[in-house]
Amino acid sequence: MSTSVLFDAPGPRGRIRNHALTVISVVAVIAVLYGVYRGFDAKGQFEGKIWQPFLQWETWEFYIIPGLIGTLEAAAVSAVLALAFGAIFGLARLSDHAWVRIPAGAVVEVFRAIPLLLLIFFIFYLAPMLLGGGDYAFFAVVLGLTLYNGSVLAEVVRAGVYAVPKGQSEAAYAVGMRKNQVLRLVLLPQAVTAMMPAIVSQLVVLLKDTALGYIIAYVDLLNTGFKILPARFFGSLIPAAIVIGIIYVALNMALSYLATKLERRSRRSRKTAAAPIAAPGSAEVGIGAGQGTAGGGLGPDEPLE
Amino acid sequence: MDELIKYAPDLGLGFLENVKLSLVAAVASLILGTVLVAMRVSPTPVLRAAGTIYVNVVRNTPLTLVLAFSALGLSDQLGLVFSDVPLTNSFWIVAMGLSVYTAAFVCEALRAGINTVNMGQAEAARAIGLTFMQSLTLIVLPQAFRAVVAPLGSVMIAMIKNTTVATAGGFLADSAAVMKITFDTTGASIPIFLGIVVAFMVLTMPIGFFTGWLSRRLAVAR
Repeated sequence: MSTSVLFDAPGPRGRIRNHALTVISVVAVIAVLYGVYRGFDAKGQFEGKIWQPFLQWETWEFYIIPGLIGTLEAAAVSAVLALAFGAIFGLARLSDHAWVRIPAGAVVEVFRAIPLLLLIFFIFYLAPMLLGGGDYAFFAVVLGLTLYNGSVLAEVVRAGVYAVPKGQSEAAYAVGMRKNQVLRLVLLPQAVTAMMPAIVSQLVVLLKDTALGYIIAYVDLLNTGFKILPARFFGSLIPAAIVIGIIYVALNMALSYLATKLERRSRRSRKTAAAPIAAPGSAEVGIGAGQGTAGGGLGPDEPLE
Repeated sequence: MDELIKYAPDLGLGFLENVKLSLVAAVASLILGTVLVAMRVSPTPVLRAAGTIYVNVVRNTPLTLVLAFSALGLSDQLGLVFSDVPLTNSFWIVAMGLSVYTAAFVCEALRAGINTVNMGQAEAARAIGLTFMQSLTLIVLPQAFRAVVAPLGSVMIAMIKNTTVATAGGFLADSAAVMKITFDTTGASIPIFLGIVVAFMVLTMPIGFFTGWLSRRLAVAR
């Protein structure tokens, strides 16, 4: 249902009312913005001095870019590992053998239910005990992100294979293919197309969650930009938050844009009989999806706009 | 196991803070999310744009940044203070940040729900002369809520797990912070970790089952 169905094309009185509402809401929005502006101004947040550092190349060279590299590094490594983890455990859950299916299911369900920060803390403290001294911040962030997002991706893989209509595998068995061939040649290629949007939106979650590394002092964008940089340039805390906030939003929106594009393409595609599956939980919140792809009032074929 | 028993009272108090944060954030984010979705489908373009910008910005910002900014920026620098007691103040700062963050996801879930409502419903509402607010509150939103009970449950489960990030907002009394402090003395302890994990599962799993059951019960037959 498109939103415009909710109200008629306005008549003369409706137009006047809409104009009045527009004026009122513009005033309200401006009032809020002005309130924020006054608050910032009263505390001297618009002085050129505290914004100055962001105009200098050194700030970017020594603080923001190294942090950004740290964030992207952690995200890239854990994305690759999480995809591998998700593929292995997702397929293991589809196995016909109970001794493979049940342990894989248990692993996936447990790691999906653990709050990610607790998992990262635990790994961060456990690793030095098992592996000896050293800096395990990167290791803890990557392993935590891999286990959590890998478990969510395993559910995506499973849902993707289930999204392929039954007739496909029946036809494949009918022409004499073996189980392994059916999965490898018929189901998976179609499932991957249907899974693409859900995978990309999970990667957005993963990228956002690298910021948890801030809490265990992993050198990521949030750490260099929000902890180290304001300590160096006194008073620049709020400008720093705004600048790195913009970087995060831009990165994630670029990835989300890719997800919508892929979704549109796989909907048009005739290479797959499966409809694109909804992103895990449909409404994903940072650290966690509760229900995976199972629960959802969001039919994948209904337009969101 | 001894360690878990020894530190259980501290950990229990920490977990209680997570529960309290969850309750506040659940109520606040559901209200704010409903207001946001009403803005996003309203006939006023300015409100629609404001809602869209809010959701896109908040949804794409890491929660860690939202909470750290609320504590260090809004509270320390700009003087947003809820209470003179530092711990109470940081509790409300974190509850605010968590609600603001979760509201964006509640809004997205509800908007997906509005999309599932049959077009004829809204058309019929218009045909009998209901205004926008009437058709939204009497016809569309009640059906939208029913359609998204399970996704809203997922949002709430994720929010409960997100309460552990309270540490980033300077609230050092929740179970993640207590676990960290305990680990500083005991080293990584598997029983303590598993104890907290089980506590979270006890909290989140019934929500998953309940919302799943409720969504099947309330499903609109079409």
